[in-house]
Amino acid sequence: GAVKSLQALGEVVEAELRSTKRWELTAEGEEIAREGSHEARVFHNIPPEGLAQSELMRLPSGKVGFSKAMSNKWIRVDKSTADGPRVFRMVDSVEDEVQRRLQLVRGGQAEKLGEKERSELRKRKLLTEMTLKTYWVSKGSAFSTSISKQETDLSPEMISSGSWRDRPFKPYNFSAHGILPDCGHLHPLLKVRSQFRQIFLEMGFTEMPTDNFIESSFWNFDALFQPQQHPARDQHDTFFLKDPAEALQLPMDYVQRVKRTHSQGGYGSQGYKYTWKLDEARKNLLRTHTTSSSARALYHLAKKKPFMPAKYFSIDRVFRNETLDATHLAEFHQIEGVVADHGLTLGHLMGVLREFFTKLGITQLRFKPAYNPYTEPSMEVFSYHQGLKKWVEVGNSGLFRPEMLLPMGLPENVSVIAWGLSLERPTMIKYGINNIRELVGHKVNLQMVYDSPLCRLDVEPGPPRTQEAA
Amino acid sequence: MPDGEIQKLIITEETAKIRPFAVAAVLRNIKFTKDRYDSFIELQEKLHQNICRRRALVAIGTHDLDSLSGPFTYTAKRPSDIKFKPLNKTKEYTACELMNIYKTDNHLKHYLHIIENKPLYPVIYDSNGVILSMPPIINGDHSKITVNTKNVFIECTGTDFTKAKVVLDNIVTMFSEYCENQFTVEATEVVFPNGKSYTFPELSYRKEMVRADLINKKVGIRETPENLAKLLTRMCLKSEVIGDGNQIEVEIPPTRADVMHACDIIEDAAIAYGYNNIQMTLPKTYTIANQLPLNKFTELLRLDMAATGFTEVLTFALCSQEDIADKLGVDISATKAVHISNPKTAEFQVARTTLLPGLLKTLAANRKMPLPLKLFEISDVVIKDSSKDVGAKNYRHLCAVYYSKNPGFEIIHGLLDRIMQLLDVPPGEDKGGYVIRASEGSAFFPGRCAEIFARGQSIGKLGVLHPDVITKFELTMPCSSLEINIEPFL
Repeated sequence: GAVKSLQALGEVVEAELRSTKRWELTAEGEEIAREGSHEARVFHNIPPEGLAQSELMRLPSGKVGFSKAMSNKWIRVDKSTADGPRVFRMVDSVEDEVQRRLQLVRGGQAEKLGEKERSELRKRKLLTEMTLKTYWVSKGSAFSTSISKQETDLSPEMISSGSWRDRPFKPYNFSAHGILPDCGHLHPLLKVRSQFRQIFLEMGFTEMPTDNFIESSFWNFDALFQPQQHPARDQHDTFFLKDPAEALQLPMDYVQRVKRTHSQGGYGSQGYKYTWKLDEARKNLLRTHTTSSSARALYHLAKKKPFMPAKYFSIDRVFRNETLDATHLAEFHQIEGVVADHGLTLGHLMGVLREFFTKLGITQLRFKPAYNPYTEPSMEVFSYHQGLKKWVEVGNSGLFRPEMLLPMGLPENVSVIAWGLSLERPTMIKYGINNIRELVGHKVNLQMVYDSPLCRLDVEPGPPRTQEAA
Repeated sequence: MPDGEIQKLIITEETAKIRPFAVAAVLRNIKFTKDRYDSFIELQEKLHQNICRRRALVAIGTHDLDSLSGPFTYTAKRPSDIKFKPLNKTKEYTACELMNIYKTDNHLKHYLHIIENKPLYPVIYDSNGVILSMPPIINGDHSKITVNTKNVFIECTGTDFTKAKVVLDNIVTMFSEYCENQFTVEATEVVFPNGKSYTFPELSYRKEMVRADLINKKVGIRETPENLAKLLTRMCLKSEVIGDGNQIEVEIPPTRADVMHACDIIEDAAIAYGYNNIQMTLPKTYTIANQLPLNKFTELLRLDMAATGFTEVLTFALCSQEDIADKLGVDISATKAVHISNPKTAEFQVARTTLLPGLLKTLAANRKMPLPLKLFEISDVVIKDSSKDVGAKNYRHLCAVYYSKNPGFEIIHGLLDRIMQLLDVPPGEDKGGYVIRASEGSAFFPGRCAEIFARGQSIGKLGVLHPDVITKFELTMPCSSLEINIEPFL
């Protein structure tokens, strides 16, 4: 102890640790060296005429010595005697080897015993091996005969008295962790949402109101020229409402135009040629996309004369009644961008997408034909994932169909380009999360929320952290 | 047209109430191989799943014409009057029996509901009374098609006339290739209840006119009309330049029922050109961006909430009735909640009217984390509101919970004070200020609940949660909470 604390002071002393091993007698071993082994004592206690076993057992060394003496064949038991078993000597005299050996050890001559003999004695707990540690101490380079205690930290009275100048300070352990500050945290998905909002705002897009999870089939489907027989309008994919079951108010003259376009065509279209039902359109549901809010916004825009070009965006929750798995939940967030202007082309849509994705750090884009009920042409957007070494889908886009825009009252040469993607997918990729339930919902991994880094969408994620001991 | 008599399908008026439309056609001298046969069956299945909307709109029946004798009758009869040997069965059953038998058939049970509870079931007979099929459930075994079938009679019945015609057109165009007379299909006459008869398949080709400059303008390319016509022809939309050199006449085959508007033709031109060959340009649209005030406000508030030391969570908007009612000691009818019809599980019964259950469930799922746990969420709840066009409205709420060995009411109270500071609402009864008044709530511990009034209205409550609430949410420590509507502060 003393040496160690001296060592802690620095170069005051130099100490070299040496250890030696020695054999020593235990307390019992000492006793046997003095008095003889149990078995020898048992032997000597038996008179020529023998001794009743019961009496023998009552002697101090009796129990232990008896079995040893028996196995050494120094004594025997005669069980046939009238008043109980009697013990007799089998030999005339004995050599107390055990005592002799122990005495050797006591004399410091343990090395004269063989390995086997020593371990036998150790098994009987008569002998132990002792390690002796010694320090060879010599003067160090900073040797002095006075010792000053090391300080750990500066204190106010040290500052005022100036005593800090004369005190040595304990070295700080830079390889240990500091104390993490006790702070609050923002949710990773919402950090990503904030970044996407920034990107849209930087591109001049205005945020649309989306404050209605509940939507009517009319705005969610019919206004978007999605036919009433479309499978997505099944109970299987959409959450319909029991209460309130129907939308109470719909803009009826617009509804009439939509009805006509679906069932008979018009505005240059053949239409779907089926019987359109108002009841079906009134059915309330949990919105399956935020495109319904875009439709409302465009309808509003169409009412303003003269037409003013607009750029809109929204990021909000949508609901799908689909099969759930590790990457799909019933509720998720959709990001949507819309541009309405004269003479927009597919080339413009690609250009806007390129700027949008560049802000996410994605520069290589490819486009593939796709299908949506309400856009034509439609494109799936792909980017090259360096890690996976393949092209992955990053979004869906297209020009809204004239059958959707013209009944709203938008001028004929106005095109509306739109694109969308989910918020959860880029977040899971960014933060390396495989199971969506750890990110969204009450089963969230709070430690992950505590530890998640700043959301920097245009920067490559850092190396995965190795597990550190708590 | 056929060599002999044209096949005839007569529709009676009984079908009107259940499945009014039917069309038919014949593929003559067809050569099936195993592959073509499998493909033929698969095509019917795929069409059933998609355009036929799982057989509800249209159902397809294909039959070996040589095993039957026309004219055919499509009618509707009482289930007990329909008896036949259905496909792959060995004896005859009545329609009632079949409905029962197929209840356990994994494939067919999904379609039973289409006719199940109707008084009459659709059925097609030939002139000898042989039943071809009972749409949309099952065909008869008698007329089933095999690899050796030479002549196929196809019938499509349904509730959507347009779709039925489209489906028929699709099948015959895809398989007429295998007829001896390649790419020919034999017409069939269908007589409707009103006596009018029509021949099918319609196989109508349409001609549409599209302006070349419109295509260029919408795609963002500069191709000559001739080139555009070539591109469209490559997409199987035979086109040629006519008139003043700017118009393109496009022939739309019956297999392209999806072409409804010029924009469909424009997409095909763009696909033929190659999307990745189109030059990317930026629109010249000049706009000033605006944030939605409620979202701008929320973003600011979130940041300062995290600065107070609380951690943000994101919970589900859908939950069980219990979560927002029973577990909080209230009756569901008092919550004005929106109810979902046919939820798959209890977790999707209602939309939340309060953020508190979500936060408490988050605590329960993270109970191994070190205490105290301080969580918050600023997000929407849904309340029924008949003044809105859809009958319900979202409200932006802020909710916070403090979970520890002690309830920490003064901490939640302090959080409220800090929030009011951030919202620039001074304490006090004065106009524009806030006060809290002792109150009760079934979710709160008696004597430890208060209602918050700001700018003249009640905006929410705070307090120590009632032990019943704690245990119902599977928690063990005391907990205090705060929930307010932040919209009055916009």
